[in-house]
Amino acid sequence: MSNVPILNIRNLSMTYHRLNGEVKAIEKIDLDVYQGEIIGIVGPSGCGKSTLLSIIAGLLKPSSGEVILNGKKVEKPTKDIGYMFQRDLLFEWKTILENVLLGLEIQGRVTEESKKVAEKLLETYGLGDFKYSYPNQLSGGMRQRVALIRTLMLEPKLLLLDEPFSALDYQTRLAISDEIGLILKKENKTTLMVTHDIAEAISMSDRIVVLSNRPAVIKDIIEIQLTVPKGIWSPINCREAPEFRHYFNKIWKELDIHVK
Amino acid sequence: MLNKDMSCEHYRYLKKIKRRKQIITITQVSIFVLTLILWEIAARMKLIDTFLTSSPSDIWNMFLHMAKNGNLAYHVGISIFENIVGFTVGTILGVIIAIGLWWSDFWAKVLEPYLVVLNTLPKTALAPIIIIWIGTGYSGIIVTAVVTSIVITIMNMFNSFISADENKIKLLKTFGASKLQIFTKLVFPQSIPAMVSTLKVNIGLSWIGVIVGEFLVSRAGIGYLLVYGGQVFQFDLIMMSLFILTIISVLMYKLVSIIENKFINWHQ
Repeated sequence: MSNVPILNIRNLSMTYHRLNGEVKAIEKIDLDVYQGEIIGIVGPSGCGKSTLLSIIAGLLKPSSGEVILNGKKVEKPTKDIGYMFQRDLLFEWKTILENVLLGLEIQGRVTEESKKVAEKLLETYGLGDFKYSYPNQLSGGMRQRVALIRTLMLEPKLLLLDEPFSALDYQTRLAISDEIGLILKKENKTTLMVTHDIAEAISMSDRIVVLSNRPAVIKDIIEIQLTVPKGIWSPINCREAPEFRHYFNKIWKELDIHVK
Repeated sequence: MLNKDMSCEHYRYLKKIKRRKQIITITQVSIFVLTLILWEIAARMKLIDTFLTSSPSDIWNMFLHMAKNGNLAYHVGISIFENIVGFTVGTILGVIIAIGLWWSDFWAKVLEPYLVVLNTLPKTALAPIIIIWIGTGYSGIIVTAVVTSIVITIMNMFNSFISADENKIKLLKTFGASKLQIFTKLVFPQSIPAMVSTLKVNIGLSWIGVIVGEFLVSRAGIGYLLVYGGQVFQFDLIMMSLFILTIISVLMYKLVSIIENKFINWHQ
């Protein structure tokens, strides 16, 4: 982890305008993110987590404030930022290999070389036999892995994950979050991950940002330090760490969720 | 599918399913054949007036007669030509206009009520005007066929275009896709199934346009045979034309289905 942040979020606010009034989604968010960090973002549902990611990705224009990636202001989608969605969003009429190459295809950068890279990544992550299959022949977990490889193919400097596992069933979700956590660490990807699953956030993140109810402000930023024996780090093993429960309770209290 | 390890019970199960399928097919065919036989018998025994109903053997003789002197191929050929041009032009033009509406949200909103009104209007009611404006030859008939299919094509295709997954559009935007790329990579390909089903509907609609057009003006075509048969009270000719019309439209529909199955292996 270097000391220079690669992403600065400065004083970010966002207000939505609707016919029946205006809604403040997020207010005065400040955050620095360092190379190789995985940051979990948790908050009550509907608090503006996805809005935050959309702004960072350059898909939405904030009402005020700015997002700076590697010293450059983000104003529209850039190829340095990879966005992974809740659903895999694979194109049903394209083969797995074509799906993985979609980003490069849009940017007109598909070459023999990039095809080889894609095939190798598929191979590495256990999808080598499915290169020429169609998405409907794959299980939910496999599809989500394809979606990650599609994002990685663009070699983004920053990855944004928007509840990437919430469309999966619980077992698949555990297995895939474990795998993807390992992949992100292995590729040393700086990542912002929105989730509503506290345990998932603790097991995968280096730091967790807790957001408040709407309008979302940063309530707390929690540094996660789990005692996991060296060499066997993985999100699943992180759940075994003695500090896990402590973090869980702390975040749960901060979220202050009441079911009315 | 045959498996040596198949249990007796499973074998009986498969046999039962197959048997049921056979019985359905046999019943379907028998209804048709029986109707023809009863019709023929009733005609021969003078239970029905063949002057008003014709009979299968008379229809068949008429068919042979017209097939031999080349009239049949001539009339059928003209109608098929008008129909194919009609639904092809109607579909292509409709898709192009739908693309324009997808492109411009403003014009889509402005034109929406006009499309809804045009859609409720029976297009064949416009046939007399079209024929006066365009002329009484093939062109008038073809334009009538185009008009019957184009409005529904625009509406179906536009609805299919705008039903493209918002999140997939967002995904493409994160890749830096232009509006044209969003259209060519996502919106259009995901609408191909809708386009094929619209094409199927259009074959039928275009036939309506062609037949009505021919009723009004033509000196050739299946519609002309029907009108002529009616005027000279020749039911053999009317019935034969109806049979031919049915067979052709079923064949065309089937053809599109075959193309559909071949090209859309990812769909379903």
